[in-house]
Amino acid sequence: MTVKEIFETMDYGPAPESAAEALAWLVDQGDRFGHFIDGAFTAPGDGFESRNPADGEVLATLTQATQADVDAAVTAARKAQPKWAGMGGAGRARYLYAIARLLQKHSRLFAVLESLDNGKPIRESRDIDIPLAQRHFYYHAGMAQLMESELPEAEPLGVCGQIIPWNFPLLMLSWKIAPALAMGNTVVLKPAEYTSLTALLFADICRQAGLPKGVVNIVTGNGAVGEMIVAAEVDKIAFTGSTSVGRRIREATAGSGKELTLELGGKSPYIVFDDADIDSAIEGLVDAIWFNQGQVCCAGSRLLVQEGIAERFHDKLRARMDGLRVGNPLDKCIDVGAVVDPVQLQTIRELVDGNTAGHTHHAACDLPENGCFYPPTLITGLAPSDPLMQEEIFGPVLVSCTFRTPGEAVELANNTRYGLAATLWTENVNLALDIAPKLAAGVVWVNATNLFDAAAGFGGVRESGFGREGGWEGLAAYTRPKGKRAALKPVEPVTGDGAPVDPIDRTAKLYVGGKQARPDGGYSRPVWGKSGLLGHVGLANRKDVRNAVEAAAGAAAWSKTTGHLRAQILYYIGENLSARADEFAHRIDKMTGKRGGAAEVEASIQRLFTAAAWADKYDGQVHGVPIRGVALAMKEPVGVIGALCADEAPLLGLVSAMAPAVAMGNRVVLAASEPYPLAATDFYQVLETSDVPAGVVNILTGSHAELAGPLAKHLNVDAVWSFSSSDLSEEIERAAAGNLKRTWVNNATALDWSQDHTRRFLQAATEVKNVWVPYGE
Amino acid sequence: MQTHSPERTAHLPQLAEARNPGMALDMDWVRAVQANTSAIERRAATLPGRRSVKKDHQAAWLLKAITLIDLTTLAGDDTPGRVRRLCAKARQPVRADLLDALGMDAITTGAVCVYHDMVETAVDALRGTGIPVAAVSTGFPAGLSPFHLRVAEVEESVKAGADEIDIVISRRHVLNGDWQALYGEMQAFRAACGEAHVKAILATGELGTLRNVARASLVCMMAGADFIKTSTGKEGVNATLPVSLVMLRAIRDYYQRTGHRVGYKPAGGISKAKDALTYLALMKDELGDRWLEPDLFRFGASSLLGDIERQLEHHVTGAYSAGYRHAAG
Repeated sequence: MTVKEIFETMDYGPAPESAAEALAWLVDQGDRFGHFIDGAFTAPGDGFESRNPADGEVLATLTQATQADVDAAVTAARKAQPKWAGMGGAGRARYLYAIARLLQKHSRLFAVLESLDNGKPIRESRDIDIPLAQRHFYYHAGMAQLMESELPEAEPLGVCGQIIPWNFPLLMLSWKIAPALAMGNTVVLKPAEYTSLTALLFADICRQAGLPKGVVNIVTGNGAVGEMIVAAEVDKIAFTGSTSVGRRIREATAGSGKELTLELGGKSPYIVFDDADIDSAIEGLVDAIWFNQGQVCCAGSRLLVQEGIAERFHDKLRARMDGLRVGNPLDKCIDVGAVVDPVQLQTIRELVDGNTAGHTHHAACDLPENGCFYPPTLITGLAPSDPLMQEEIFGPVLVSCTFRTPGEAVELANNTRYGLAATLWTENVNLALDIAPKLAAGVVWVNATNLFDAAAGFGGVRESGFGREGGWEGLAAYTRPKGKRAALKPVEPVTGDGAPVDPIDRTAKLYVGGKQARPDGGYSRPVWGKSGLLGHVGLANRKDVRNAVEAAAGAAAWSKTTGHLRAQILYYIGENLSARADEFAHRIDKMTGKRGGAAEVEASIQRLFTAAAWADKYDGQVHGVPIRGVALAMKEPVGVIGALCADEAPLLGLVSAMAPAVAMGNRVVLAASEPYPLAATDFYQVLETSDVPAGVVNILTGSHAELAGPLAKHLNVDAVWSFSSSDLSEEIERAAAGNLKRTWVNNATALDWSQDHTRRFLQAATEVKNVWVPYGE
Repeated sequence: MQTHSPERTAHLPQLAEARNPGMALDMDWVRAVQANTSAIERRAATLPGRRSVKKDHQAAWLLKAITLIDLTTLAGDDTPGRVRRLCAKARQPVRADLLDALGMDAITTGAVCVYHDMVETAVDALRGTGIPVAAVSTGFPAGLSPFHLRVAEVEESVKAGADEIDIVISRRHVLNGDWQALYGEMQAFRAACGEAHVKAILATGELGTLRNVARASLVCMMAGADFIKTSTGKEGVNATLPVSLVMLRAIRDYYQRTGHRVGYKPAGGISKAKDALTYLALMKDELGDRWLEPDLFRFGASSLLGDIERQLEHHVTGAYSAGYRHAAG
């Protein structure tokens, strides 16, 4: 076209970013890559091709890791870890800072390589992925610097196995590696097989930074390599990817003692109220669902529009979609690039083609003839019962449904198994700040979407996984409390000798929904003391678990009460327990045949008072994110927590778990000490006289082995803890994979209940939700 | 039968587009308008990174930008001689050898914009070129002279031969939420303009909030503005991308609901060729190609042309240019 012709048509024309430097780097590496193990690249082995999804061209040949490769990487990491941790936070900070600087120096090379490999528009890799990755290393260099002073009780986990997805290759690598290294861990990371190139370039950067050998190890390959890492002798697995794989990893690591964090799928709601800035909300959707071709775990993929504005909103949205430019990812003037791989493209096609509901609009964009391209798509008029409203598509496809009231918006938004992110648009601050806490999501964006920063934690609830990446809250994923654990042996009950029995029956019932309830099965067992029969307790079964969880779920209002009120009730429990201290002490001594009862009761009272003290003080934070606005890190209750309480400390174990959980607004289902259940059953009376609302605390007695399964499998339980002396950790964690509930199990190690672990309980009893509120008028 | 004299035909909107007749003031619509500042700023901040125009396309776009410039002098020391020089530049804004090298026919700027007293001089100087003369009016820039004098000023400028009148609105009506008064004022100015086209200067830098900008834009369009314009160039803050985005969205909304296209003129502070490209991309993406023609888009600018000329010479020669190689205005 001549200048004169363009003057008339005013077309954009091509604006390609040069790929020359990135391709030259690949050539310099011989277009073939081995793994990065113990500070050096291994010789390339049998492998697979890495292709540019925009044109199908082969970029490089990568090596499929063998078991020996993974073992070598883990060994290198293991060997390097003590020295890496031992050099101290300030020493590690220097390396992290050097990596950040190098990422910055080579930022364009990283950006171009990322777009070549992944298909994302160069604008996104250049302006979003790579700067955020740099920021993550800068931020965590600071965290390393501060570790000793600010986290004096924390120590590194050891060797971390990390498995990342293909949608944000370098950024996800940064989210994994930066905090792990900052806290003194070493890593073995596997990038996704589609997109390993920037991880290999990163390995090169590590060498340039002089990072000690073995601190970062990168192995390439497919899911089989991921399985090898999960099975390897590592102390932690961090995974970002699909919910189905996350569930398999949960099962595979069950009972192994490996720490686990999972950042999984989503079907995040994008709520538009009728008083929103509609044009801005539409522009937000461009960044929500057409960002990175919609291949974003937290993509606002489920549009919920208030009915009165829906028609106009959809019209405007369709017009906006039609203006999107789809094409060569390296063109600086396109909005939507290539889907990562033909397999993914086919998945998207099948999901959309399989839908017959509603009205489907494909944007009227020109698509390149070749390569993995899919047009931006909007499907309106769907109902929650349509599969596409529930299933993650992971492509540039937005589905939409309407609502009438704020209450209905929340109901529809939360009508999902996922809980990663949520977006809401309204100009009414009352509405925004009312809705944000009600959304089941780890991240909420108000009048914005897809805002990320190293200073604000990211992660989900429900089946979107657990653990946070970024912020102070993210450090918990790479540290544990210092100290050694003793092994926990099964605690056996005192057995009866058939001594004479008091003719007055004392059969304790279960405590469900604020009432004493007979066990469903109608069985009970005797509880003996050294001096004879102390009474009977009911043997709860799975139906009693069901009833207790139902009662707990029904007491959701507890989560909305104020910390002050919860503190008052906990103090009241403490007072009432104190009034009966002698009786409880006596009972404990009788059951256990020891003399620690008085001390245990006193410690229990202290736990109640400590939890009460925290109830209104375990504050969230306001993160210093680089926008004009705030990211409110709100601590929210996990929900319904099931706990198998310590056998060896019949009252203290129960109170230690219950009090912090209840203080944070959770409802609990507690399985009492199996050998010594009567302290728990006596405790009903304390609860009943202390204004504890029905359903907030539910107590079952019986066999831990029998209760563990139904509790851990129950899909309406959000977390399960086990301090039982029966070794049920593996069974619990395996069963917990069903709804990916949070677990805290003892793996047959003992907690010293005489010590106050309240802070750990508070942390386990809360989820951090980051609510981003940009402001400005 | 010819209804327009040939020298007044080149860029006048009525040739392509029915003028915006306005509509009754619709307060439900006005009050429902929202503008979320943070979101608008984020969108504006990423705009330059989302669109890129290179090589021949860039040259063509810059030439287009020249045809959209209201070449402006609004200084207390303006003289007829100064205005004639400016008009000469408007007639031949780019060196002929550069146009030849680019394979382009002659182009002119979109208009020349002056104070009332310079209208006759400008009309004279531009006779036969088709370049319209725009006059700033209504007690420009503050708009605080007596209302009847402001109306009379419009009439005088029209009588003197101005094709376009850039009026200033009473900011106090916006700041006090007196939309009826703003509507009435704008209607009166429009009526006084007669056949001349009216651009409503909102002085956005003095309106306090983007929501006010959005609502004022809408009210002025309802009252019959042919163009809405950001600034007088005399406010502390003049044309910005966030303000532009808000005004363009208002124009789009108005078009979608009424079918009438209203023009847009960012003014003040646009001095770089790169800025002009960003604005063109903004217009193209938000409103469509139709808004890339001078009857619906103008830049109010005095130094922009110089930068574009240098960029064009760079495009032709490959060497960065110098200001003195291009004719002064």
